[in-house]
Amino acid sequence: MKALKCRECGREYPLAATHVCEFDFGPLEVLYDYAQIKKSMTHQAIESRPRSMWRYRELLPVAEAPTVGTQVGFTPLVKADRLAKALGIRELWIKLDAVNYPTLSFKDRVVSVALSRARELGFTTVACASTGNLANSVAANAAAAGLKAYVFIPADLEQGKIVNSLIYGAQVIAIKGHYDEVNRLCAEIAGKYGWAFVNVNMRPYYAEGSKSMGFEIAEQLGWRIPQHTVIPMASGSLLTKIHKAYQEIAKLGLVPESPWHIHGAQATGCNPISSAQKAGLDFFKPVKPNTIAKSLAIGTPADGFYALKVMKETQGAAEDVSDDEIRDAIKLLAECEGIFAETAGGVTVGVAKKLIATGKIPAKDSAVLCITGNGLKTLDAVTGHCGQPREIKPSLREFETLLAAESRALVTA
Amino acid sequence: MTHKIRIRIPTPLRKLTNNEEVVEATAATVGDAINDLQSRYPGIKERLLDEAGAVRRFVNVYVNEEDIRFLQNQQTPLKQGDEISIIPAIAGG
Repeated sequence: MKALKCRECGREYPLAATHVCEFDFGPLEVLYDYAQIKKSMTHQAIESRPRSMWRYRELLPVAEAPTVGTQVGFTPLVKADRLAKALGIRELWIKLDAVNYPTLSFKDRVVSVALSRARELGFTTVACASTGNLANSVAANAAAAGLKAYVFIPADLEQGKIVNSLIYGAQVIAIKGHYDEVNRLCAEIAGKYGWAFVNVNMRPYYAEGSKSMGFEIAEQLGWRIPQHTVIPMASGSLLTKIHKAYQEIAKLGLVPESPWHIHGAQATGCNPISSAQKAGLDFFKPVKPNTIAKSLAIGTPADGFYALKVMKETQGAAEDVSDDEIRDAIKLLAECEGIFAETAGGVTVGVAKKLIATGKIPAKDSAVLCITGNGLKTLDAVTGHCGQPREIKPSLREFETLLAAESRALVTA
Repeated sequence: MTHKIRIRIPTPLRKLTNNEEVVEATAATVGDAINDLQSRYPGIKERLLDEAGAVRRFVNVYVNEEDIRFLQNQQTPLKQGDEISIIPAIAGG
């Protein structure tokens, strides 16, 4: 790390807990010394390191060895042949952060970086504004690190995501409002209290953690960048950081230069970025979210502008899917691959299906879908939409009657 | 008609307001309030508005918790006791 730098005007700032430029409010980003990094970051060096996101540590913004979340990442990249066939594409891969350690979402990546850096800067209380997964991850990782945590969430979140924050002893504050209101309040709280808000004043460090998902995809494909990557968009940060990861490893010579396309996925009930992309705009209009994909329900996406830019530059596309399409896609992924994703995963699979069907992802190509969270946390969204168990007495006769009725139903169907 | 309102100043702008977190203004609309701020804290307007006079891309402005893009932007009318919050857009997610 060399400094923080404004993405808009290029002014540099010291490596402190600060996230926007004083002059134009542009986002601050971490600057690295790539010439120096190139010397130590070789295939051989990386492959000799433990299988976690920290094997790419030169490209992650901590000064010393990480102290929080050292085992996060290196989640499976699953070759999804049955889903590929169902969607009509030659080759398909699932990057599976639904089984990330410790809280089953990609947020463990960003939190690991943010809390390691927060400790370096001397903070003892950490906080976040969250749609659920981030709150879970901050709560768990803070508990393990002995840090005090305040997590702020919209009050109407899924029960699973609320319990998954409370269990770690974090202070859970439920705000009567949607995420954008939680976020606004947190921006004001962060200005007033001396806490490390992972996605406010620690955001330049935090956001960089998402790059590790891109590094892993490339390494797991045998050091190459996939032709197509489909990424769910809430704030748009994950999408911009996976693109940045691909740029960095290309710059360092770790992968061959080849064009790649970054595609963005949203829910129709909260589609400020995808609707702008489809209309050919380079700015978005904020919306009031109304979707079962609560983890993506950000109506005023902080990185919306940059996400649109990345899709334009890489000739990628964006699409959105309805609540019913999200549920259908969750089921399709589960039935084809044995993977139970949360609603955001349904958004990604549903959007991939549309992009393949319309040729925006050509059937002859290869694609990676980013599955960022686990279905066990959003049971509410699919309960009642995936059938009911058939209840019988512990009697062989009852079971055989049930089977016979089923085969008759199959014959007549 | 103008009204007395309050404006919450974000951390990056407090150097311009002598570290005041909340300042009062007299204005009929959000646009007026920004001009009133500028008259007392010179330089603040160019931080909030771009060359064309539109609110900068990375600045969000709220009147009583509502984003002015859902209201009438800078033409949003104000009434006595309203509170304007200026918040950096880059946060969250």
